[in-house]
Amino acid sequence: MRDFTLFIPEYIAIAGAIAILATELIWPKIRKDYLAYATAAGALGWLVAAIPYIGDTAGDFEGVLLADDFTTYFRILAAGIVMAIALISAHYMRDRTSTAGEYYGLLLVAGTGMVLMAASRELLTAYISLELMSFSLYILVGYLKRDRLSNEASLKYILLGAFSSAMLLYGISLIYGVTGTTSYEGIAEALAAREGGTDAATVVGIMLIVAGVGFKVSAAPFHMWAPDAYQGAPLPITAFLSTASKAAGFALILRLFTGALVVDAVEWRAVIAALAAITMTAGNLLAIQQSNLKRLVAYSSIGQVGYMLVAIAAIGYGDAATAESASSALLLHIVGYTVSTLALFTALTAHYNRTGDDSIAGLRGLAETQPFLALVITASLFSFAGLPFFAGFATKLLLFQASTTDGLLWLVGLAAANSFVSLYYYLMIMRQMYLFDPPEGQTRFRPAPLLGALAGLLLLGVLFIGVYPQPAFEATDRAASALFEVSASGLVRLP
Amino acid sequence: MDTAQGYVLVTALALPLLAAGVLLFVPGSQKMVARYFSAVIGAILLGLSVYVFLAYQAGGDVLQMQLRWAWIENVGFLGENGISLHLGVDGISALMTLLTGVVAFAGTLVAWKLEYRAKDFFILFWILIAGVYGTFFALDLFFFFFFYELAVVPLYMLIGIWGSTRKEYGAMKLTLMLVGGSVGIWIGIFAVVHEAGLGTFDLPTLWEAGQNGAFSPEMQKIIFPFFAVGCGVLAGLWPLHTWSPDGHMSAPTSVSMVHAGVLMKLGAFGIIRLGIQILPEGAEFWMPALLVLGTIGALYGAIAALTQRDFKLISGYSSVSHMGYVLIGLATLHEVGVSGAALQMFSHGVMTALVFLLIGALYDQAHTRDLSDFGGVAKVMPLWVIAYVMAGLANVGLPGLSGFTAEFHIFVGAFKTYPVFGGLAILAAAIAAAYMLRMFGVVFFGPLNPRWKDLKDLSPIETISAVLLILSMLAMGLWWSPFTDRLANTVTSLPGVIS
Repeated sequence: MRDFTLFIPEYIAIAGAIAILATELIWPKIRKDYLAYATAAGALGWLVAAIPYIGDTAGDFEGVLLADDFTTYFRILAAGIVMAIALISAHYMRDRTSTAGEYYGLLLVAGTGMVLMAASRELLTAYISLELMSFSLYILVGYLKRDRLSNEASLKYILLGAFSSAMLLYGISLIYGVTGTTSYEGIAEALAAREGGTDAATVVGIMLIVAGVGFKVSAAPFHMWAPDAYQGAPLPITAFLSTASKAAGFALILRLFTGALVVDAVEWRAVIAALAAITMTAGNLLAIQQSNLKRLVAYSSIGQVGYMLVAIAAIGYGDAATAESASSALLLHIVGYTVSTLALFTALTAHYNRTGDDSIAGLRGLAETQPFLALVITASLFSFAGLPFFAGFATKLLLFQASTTDGLLWLVGLAAANSFVSLYYYLMIMRQMYLFDPPEGQTRFRPAPLLGALAGLLLLGVLFIGVYPQPAFEATDRAASALFEVSASGLVRLP
Repeated sequence: MDTAQGYVLVTALALPLLAAGVLLFVPGSQKMVARYFSAVIGAILLGLSVYVFLAYQAGGDVLQMQLRWAWIENVGFLGENGISLHLGVDGISALMTLLTGVVAFAGTLVAWKLEYRAKDFFILFWILIAGVYGTFFALDLFFFFFFYELAVVPLYMLIGIWGSTRKEYGAMKLTLMLVGGSVGIWIGIFAVVHEAGLGTFDLPTLWEAGQNGAFSPEMQKIIFPFFAVGCGVLAGLWPLHTWSPDGHMSAPTSVSMVHAGVLMKLGAFGIIRLGIQILPEGAEFWMPALLVLGTIGALYGAIAALTQRDFKLISGYSSVSHMGYVLIGLATLHEVGVSGAALQMFSHGVMTALVFLLIGALYDQAHTRDLSDFGGVAKVMPLWVIAYVMAGLANVGLPGLSGFTAEFHIFVGAFKTYPVFGGLAILAAAIAAAYMLRMFGVVFFGPLNPRWKDLKDLSPIETISAVLLILSMLAMGLWWSPFTDRLANTVTSLPGVIS
C-alpha cells in the first residue's frame, strides 16, 4: 500500500536540507552558525514529528519500507544525533569554512539515510539507503578541503567504502539467485523451504553480506579505514561517524538478520561470534598505543562494535526469547553509547575550539583549566569503560547478560575482559587531565555557552541512563518486539 | 520486612553520595567548609552505623532491616523484581557496617590536615564510602556489583593525586588489578543469572534457587573460582596480593586507612555473599585450595613484613598476612572459623586503620618512613607510641584486644577441621610478634636521634580518631559477646557451614 503519511518526519528532514542549501545560495554571506541553528531546529521538528508514531501500528510501504516502533526508535535517535552534531559544529565550522550549506544539508540527508536503513525490509532498498548515508558521509569527511588529512580520510573512506559496497552487492545478488526474491520475508521463507540444507551459494552470499556490513560498522578485520577517516574528518563528523553510522549499521543488521537470515543462523553465527571477538580485542589493544584522541576514540569505538556484535551472535545462538531480549539490550546499549559519545565530543570540541590540539597530551591539566569539561570527558570515558553511575555500566551489563547463552559464555567473558583492557587507556586520558598541572601559560577558561550547556545536558543523559535505565529500556524493548512481530509471521527456525 | 529500619540503610547509603554532590558546588578555596561538612557527615554516618549494629537483633531473622525499591523490571529479559534496590543486613554485614562507620569517621578526621585540593579529595572519599556501604547492604547482584565497582574506581584518583612514593605506578597497578578481579565477578554474575533463568538479580531469590538445585554441581565448580578469585584480589589473596604493598605505600593516609581497613574486607565479604551463599557446592569443593592460599598468604605476608624497612610496606604485608587469616577462617566452613573470619575482618579493619593513621602522623613531619632512620621516638611522641603499641599488640593477638578474639576463633575453627593449617596459622602469628617487636625496638626505644627532637605528638583531632579506633579494639577484645551473638545465626545459616 502506498501510504505516504508514514514518513512525514523524514519529509521534514529533507525539506530542511533543501531549505538550508537554498538559503546559502540566495544569501551567501549568512553567518555560518545560523545555518547550524537552522539545522538543529529542523532536526527538532523531525524529532517532534516522530513522537506521534511511537506505539502506532506498523505501517507497510509497498513491502519495501516499514514504519514500526523499530523505525521510530531510529528516527528519534537519528534526529537527536543530527541535532546535537549541528550544535557541536556551529563554531567549529564557522571558523574553518566559508560555505557550510552542503555540510548541514548533508547532515540531515545522512540522518534520513539512517532511518531508511532501519525501515528497509528489502535488500535493494536497504542497499540504496546505506549508500545514501555513505555518500553523504564521504563528502562530510572530506569537507575541510584545504586540510590534507581530511582529503586523505575522504579518499580512503570512498575507496574502501566502494569496495565494501561491491561485496555487499555481490552477496545480495547471490542471495537473490538462491531465493529468487529480495524481500526479507521472502528470503526467510525460501531459505526455510529449501530441501537438503546448506548450499555453497547461500553461505558465500551471507558471508559477503557480513563482510559488507562489517565494513560499514568498522568491525575488525574490516576496520582499516576507520582510524584514518576519524582522524581526518572534522571533529563533529568524527562524532557522527562513531554514533549515527554505527547505529545505522546495526539497524540494518538487526532487521536483516532477524528478518531474513535468522533461518540460516547456523551458517553465520560462528562467524559473527568470531568477528565480535576479533573486533573487540583488536579495537581495545590497538587503542592502547594511540597518542591522538580521535584515533583513540576510533579504536575504542571499534571495541564497542565488538560488544554490540555479541548481541548479534546471541541472536544466532539463542532461542527466540533470547534473540528478542538481546536485540532490546543492544538497542539500549546503542542509546547509552550514543549519548556518551556525543557528550565526549561536545567537550572535546569545546576544548579543541580553544586549543586546536587533538592529541591526548593536549588535555594536560584540563581539570585545572576547565574542570567542567574534564568532568564531562571523565563521565563519558567511564561510561565507555562501564563504571557505575554512568550509562555504560547498566547498558553493558544488561547487553552482556541478555546475550549470555550456553554457547556464548566464552564470548561474554572475553567482552568483560576487554572492557577491563579499555579502562587502562581511558585512565591514561584521566591521568593527563587530573594528575598533571596544565602547561605553562594556560589559564582557566570558560567553554562557549552553547557547548557548555549541551555538554551539561548530555552529561545528565549519561547519568540518567546509568542510574535509571527503566524508561529507555522500555522504549528499546518496544522497538525490539516490533522487530520480532514481523519476522514471526510464519517463520520456522531451523534447528 | 522492617521497612522503617530499612530507611536507616538508605540514609547511610545516600548521605555520602549527597555529601559528594553538595561538595561539588562548594568553591575549592573554602577548605574549612569542606572539612567541617565532611566531619559532620562522618559523625552522622558513625551514628547510623552504630545504630544498625545495635539494632540488629541477635536472635532474630538472618536478614533484617530489609527494604526493596523496584528499579528495572518486566522489561527485556528481566521479570518481576528483575533489578531492585534491595537492601538489608545480616550479622556479618551489620558488623561490617559498624566497621565502615568507625573507619570512615576516623579517616575524615585524619584528612583534616590535607591542604591540596581538599574539596576534591572529600568528594572522591565520600563516593568511595557510599560504594562500601552499598556493597555491604546490597541484596541484589546488580547493585552489589554496582557499589563494589564504585568503591574501587575513586582509588585511582585518590592515590594518583594525593599519594606519595611512586604514586602513579601504585595507583595504576592497584586499579588495574582490582578491576581485573571484578571481571571475574562479572563473568560469574552472567553465568549465575543465566543459569538460574529467573530474569532476576535478586540475591535471596538466587540463594533459594541455588538451594533448590538450579545450579548443577559441575557449573558451581566452574563458576566458584571466578567469584573467589575476583573477590580474592581485593581481599589480598596470595599470589594476587601484589597491589597491596605498592598501593598502600603510595596512598595518602586516610585512603590507606579506609582501603586496608574496609575495602579489603569487601573482597572477603564478596566471597561469602557470592561464593558461599550462591554456590555452596562449588565453595565446598574449592575451600581446601582457598585454605592453602590463605595459609601461604598469612605466612608469606608475615615473613615479608619481617624483612621490610618501610613502615607502610610492613603494614601492607601485615595486611596480606591478616587477610590470610580471614581466608583460613572462611575456608574451614566451620561455625567457629567463619565467625572468626568475620571478627578478624573487623579487628584487622580498626587495627590497620590505626596503624596507617599513626604512620601518616609520623611521615607528615619526618618525610621518611625508613625504620632505621628512627630511634627513641617514645621520648618525643609518647601518645603516638602508646597508640602504636596498642595497635601492634592487637596485631599479634594479645588477650584483651580485638586481635585475640578474632584469631582465637580462627585457630579453634582451623584445629577442628584442618589441624595442620591451624598450626601454620599460629606460626604466622608468632612471626607477626617478631616483626612488631623488632619495629618497637628500633623505632620507639633506644637513643633518640637528634634529627627528630622536634617531632610533635598526635594533634587533638588525630587523638580523637585514634581513641575511637582503640576503643573499638578494646570493645571486641574485652566483651565480645555482642559481636559473636550477632554473628551466630548468620554464620550457621550459611549453606555448607558445619557447627
